[in-house]
Amino acid sequence: MDIKSMKNYLYWLYCQFELITCSYLMEPWEKLLFYTFNISMLVMVLYTACIFVPVHLSMAFQFFLHLFGNQHENTVSIVK
Amino acid sequence: ERHTAALGAQPRANGCSGGAHGALRNGYVRGLPAPDTQINHIVHNGGLYKRPFNEAFEETPMLVAVLTYVGYGVLTLFGYLRDFMRQWKIEKCQNATEREEQKDFVPLYQDFENFYNRNLYMRIRDSWNRPICSVPGAKVDMMERVSHDYNWTFTYTGRVIKDIINMGSYNYLGFAQNTGTCQEAAAKVLSQYGAGVCSTRQEMGNVDKHEELEKLVARFLGVESAMAYGMGFATNSMNIPALVGKGCLILSDELNHASLVLGARLSGATIRIFKHNNMQSLEKLLKDAIVHGQPRTRRPWKKILILVEGIYSMEGSIVRLPEVIALKKKYKSYLYLDEAHSIGALGPHGRGVVDYFGLSPEDVDVMMGTFTKSFGAAGGYIGGKKELIDYLRTHSHSAVYATSMSPPVVEQIITSMKCIMGEDGTTVGKARVQQLAENTRYFRRRLKEMGFIIYGNEDSPVVPLMLYMPAKIGAFGREMLKRNIGVVVVGFPATPIIESRARFCLSAAHTKEMLDTALKEIDEVGDLLQLKYSRHRLVPLLDRPFDETTYEETED
Repeated sequence: MDIKSMKNYLYWLYCQFELITCSYLMEPWEKLLFYTFNISMLVMVLYTACIFVPVHLSMAFQFFLHLFGNQHENTVSIVK
Repeated sequence: ERHTAALGAQPRANGCSGGAHGALRNGYVRGLPAPDTQINHIVHNGGLYKRPFNEAFEETPMLVAVLTYVGYGVLTLFGYLRDFMRQWKIEKCQNATEREEQKDFVPLYQDFENFYNRNLYMRIRDSWNRPICSVPGAKVDMMERVSHDYNWTFTYTGRVIKDIINMGSYNYLGFAQNTGTCQEAAAKVLSQYGAGVCSTRQEMGNVDKHEELEKLVARFLGVESAMAYGMGFATNSMNIPALVGKGCLILSDELNHASLVLGARLSGATIRIFKHNNMQSLEKLLKDAIVHGQPRTRRPWKKILILVEGIYSMEGSIVRLPEVIALKKKYKSYLYLDEAHSIGALGPHGRGVVDYFGLSPEDVDVMMGTFTKSFGAAGGYIGGKKELIDYLRTHSHSAVYATSMSPPVVEQIITSMKCIMGEDGTTVGKARVQQLAENTRYFRRRLKEMGFIIYGNEDSPVVPLMLYMPAKIGAFGREMLKRNIGVVVVGFPATPIIESRARFCLSAAHTKEMLDTALKEIDEVGDLLQLKYSRHRLVPLLDRPFDETTYEETED
């Protein structure tokens, strides 16, 4: 079953994460603390990425466009 | 030369055969020795080894090292959090602390070792000190225990887990039995002599059994005389101070056992450490010692003693004995060889690392070993020239103050040693030595093929399998116990902090079926825990010539 093997694979990945970050050894409340901290950090990073990065990218794009646009105007005026 | 003829004549162990001109191109057996080369001149060390010396310590993969540090970082942070909670009484403190009145004195539990103990070792403590309830032979019974407060206390469920394959006991020749000729002989001696002698060797504790044992040990090792002591650790720590003192120099290997380190420190001699099994480092230290002499006065050293072990039990490496002996002869120093793990386990006749390399026992000045591992008993011995042993009989701390060996234990050693030598009329001993060698080669080859990182020499029955990450130490021990295999996992402080490992000790009592079962389970657990770190995939063994791409080059 594709779904079943996918679920097994995801469970195995979760086990590897537990082993690498040593949350396999933690007591339940320590795990809760650790995962809360990690997930909140991850959510904050994603929020920053989704909200701020497009705005900054479009601002940077407009700046460069303005730079090239100015040059184009100057050449046009000289020719005229 | 006879050894080049032997090299080209027949295939070696591990299926390799000599190259085109009869010389093997791996490790230290390089080139043909010139006919006029002296055998103890180590510039051309091609003539010193009569068999290939395959030792490999694969480097830690970078990603694995980084992730191990990440794991230790997370555990350290949580350790600080828990210590904080324990100090401010938010959590109940279950470990040892100082009393209120002692809080103003030097703190006892603030160093890293105690921090590690409280916060990391306690979490995985159930993999150690497991109570067994049968003789620890090839299979062992274990009492099941659970912990309800995360390993601070244990309770027994009452169930006994039967027939766990035992890969942790130092039972190299399988003499850990409660039936058979050794047991019958020891029982007879117990009824004759009693359980203990209650005296030291020099007073009234010298029984005729001890004399018989010492003559037998001397004959077994091929030395003039030997002396036996009740405890292997004490053999080292009490006899090195009798041999060297102030004004002498001790050159000790980096990874020597605690008993050797303690004996060296108790002696009062100057101690210098050379890198593990590294002959260039040893030669440099010897040269500096001879040229510069003692530190301030520049007088020559009274004695230079080189301390090495036959097999290093944490690495599984074998000492480069031919080169050490060549160096010792060149610089006129003395050699103390601790064969705790290698006696009985190496060599075609089971006589240890000297037999394995085909050298003469007269070249080693002090041959020390223990009876705990291959002979299924307890105690240690020192063998050497008659003057040396006579001196030790009067000047050794163990001879004067320590209780002598118990007679049934002595009888167990005598019977097992006679069995290994073949003097009891059977070929059981020889069969066991050969079975151990076969088991070693098979097990190591299969593990390497599966893709694990295995340290050490190809012929050493101690097999360390690298785990690296702290959570995997606990996980490996628990998963293997679930599958009915008992393994020993080792972490800090016995090993460097990121190089934790699982150590398998093979035995002649393991049958091929047991090894196959164990290998199948190790394979499964390796896939489950992602332990197959090796980046050098070995091709399964075929009859192909031995070339440089087959094995890891040894590091210089």
